[in-house]
Amino acid sequence: MLGARGLRARLPARPAAALPGITVAWALAAGAFVVLATLLGLALGPVGFGAGRVAREVLSHVPFLGVDSPFTQTEDAILWDLRAPRVALGLLVGAMLASAGAAYQGVFRNPLADPYLLGAAAGAGLGATLVIVYDIGDPVGIDLRPVAAFAGAIGGVGIAYALGRSLGGVRTTATLILAGVTVTCFLTAVQTFVQQRNTETVQEVYSWILGRLETSGWQDVLIALPYAALSAAVLLWHRRLLDVLAVGDEEASSLGVPVARVRLLVVAAATLATATAVAFSGLIAFVGIIVPHAVRLLAGTSYRIVLPLSLAVGAGFLVLTDLICRTAIAPAELPIGVVTAFLGAPFFAVVLRTTRTVGP
Amino acid sequence: MTRLVTERVAVTLERARVVDGVSLALEPGEWVGLIGPNGAGKTTLLRAVAGLVPYEGSIALAGHEVAFLGRRELARRTAVVPQIPVIPPDMSVLEYVVLGRTPHLGYAGAPGRRDADAARAALGALDALHLVDRRLGSLSGGERQRAVLARAVAQDASLLLLDEPTSALDVGGQQQVLELVASLRAERDLTVLSAMHDLTLAGQYADRLVLLDGGREVASGVPDDVLTEELITRHYGASVRVVSGEDGPTVLPLRPRVDARRPVS
Repeated sequence: MLGARGLRARLPARPAAALPGITVAWALAAGAFVVLATLLGLALGPVGFGAGRVAREVLSHVPFLGVDSPFTQTEDAILWDLRAPRVALGLLVGAMLASAGAAYQGVFRNPLADPYLLGAAAGAGLGATLVIVYDIGDPVGIDLRPVAAFAGAIGGVGIAYALGRSLGGVRTTATLILAGVTVTCFLTAVQTFVQQRNTETVQEVYSWILGRLETSGWQDVLIALPYAALSAAVLLWHRRLLDVLAVGDEEASSLGVPVARVRLLVVAAATLATATAVAFSGLIAFVGIIVPHAVRLLAGTSYRIVLPLSLAVGAGFLVLTDLICRTAIAPAELPIGVVTAFLGAPFFAVVLRTTRTVGP
Repeated sequence: MTRLVTERVAVTLERARVVDGVSLALEPGEWVGLIGPNGAGKTTLLRAVAGLVPYEGSIALAGHEVAFLGRRELARRTAVVPQIPVIPPDMSVLEYVVLGRTPHLGYAGAPGRRDADAARAALGALDALHLVDRRLGSLSGGERQRAVLARAVAQDASLLLLDEPTSALDVGGQQQVLELVASLRAERDLTVLSAMHDLTLAGQYADRLVLLDGGREVASGVPDDVLTEELITRHYGASVRVVSGEDGPTVLPLRPRVDARRPVS
């Protein structure tokens, strides 16, 4: 059928296809998942509380509800001073890693991109290794590992970005990824060298690299919170532009998108989130890949869906994973990076088998 | 309706002068076809007009220099249909066409009902409304090209740049897409600049043709003046016969004989 006809006559009477966005059902499901994970995380542990009692205890702190706390003073201390900060940190770290992974996948149009793609892991690893091996900060009683890991992660990505840029690679993602690989190799080489020269600290370095969610209380959570909030805000702000980037740099540019600036902002925000997560929890693998992919498979591929849902699902997922870590072989703990990878690798194999396309 | 004027436009890519002093003037509503052998600079000239590569000389869109228009401002005036569009296979046709609304949204703005309506109208104008819920990965070549054109239409720009819009289609698909462009142009007063490989189709649909070779304009005018055996033989190194018909000249390729080959220089 050719030729021009009035547009109005051709508009259908059938219900219009909807633009992508989070449906109420998915928003509620994600919210329920986070609440459930949080309650379980608070309730279970060496001292079991029961989810119902925890819920009552939490509600007793909400004014005007008239709910009495069912807890003794000791239980109260265990819940609020030990378990709650750990759960809160788990929520933050999981949300940051999952959203950073989703953002990296969007900005590099690569489903295999993870938050460590541009050298954040290697930089953080080197930073933490240097502090552990040379006892920096220890004599004065300051734990400099988080600071060093944070600085290392930001530094690693910064060097990769500068290298990619100097190769003219800000316009093409491949150059930037190769720069990230180069920086990762180099920093890993330095880290391995330092570690091999100081074998007496290998175990400490190794346990840091496998990740853990131990906190020294609410202070860590309060330090992490502003970084998490800032990066989440920037990433969510760019969620629709990440959809536009799906048609490639040149076409996105011809649609009026300042591609280089968007990429810089998204990479910066995702790196801030990754560095913060790494600083407080070491290297936790796979969360940044499996959570966004699970969301894509279940709820849709638009970043207007993937980013907000990854934030929520990542938060709940890491709290549940941490629950396994501290209960599976209690009183000992499994390193959380081992559990995420143990669950993540088979899941990822399923994702690869079921998704129709791999690659941009 | 946009008047496009280029003056001595030159583009240098990796030290090679790919476009070398091209001056064009497109009246509002005109369709000009860029023809020329591979590597003549057609695509690069289109990219320069779209503000995607730096250029020397001047490219003025309704009196505004392209290099000084902002990205978004330019995207509201110029829509590009690339030769090989990037097709995200899992995106729905509606989502894809709505991407054309991007220059009309704020930096982080979300498309609303009006943008979805504009996208549906664009699909309707291309007789492709039935594709609205399909995934891009499930479309045929012709359907895909309609989706890409619909995105450009939804952009609501008055200048349409088409880079080999029919290169992936069979002859029927080629005619359909070009008929759609012709009718859109009439309905929406579009100015069209298109690079085209098929010389017969180029002559049938464009008002004027500009023949590029080695980055320079070597001939221009109505199809009858540009599609001559002599010009095509010289610049394409092809052996052809040109037959005049009521829709314009038809270019027929011939099996080359020794004496018809391009002289070796």
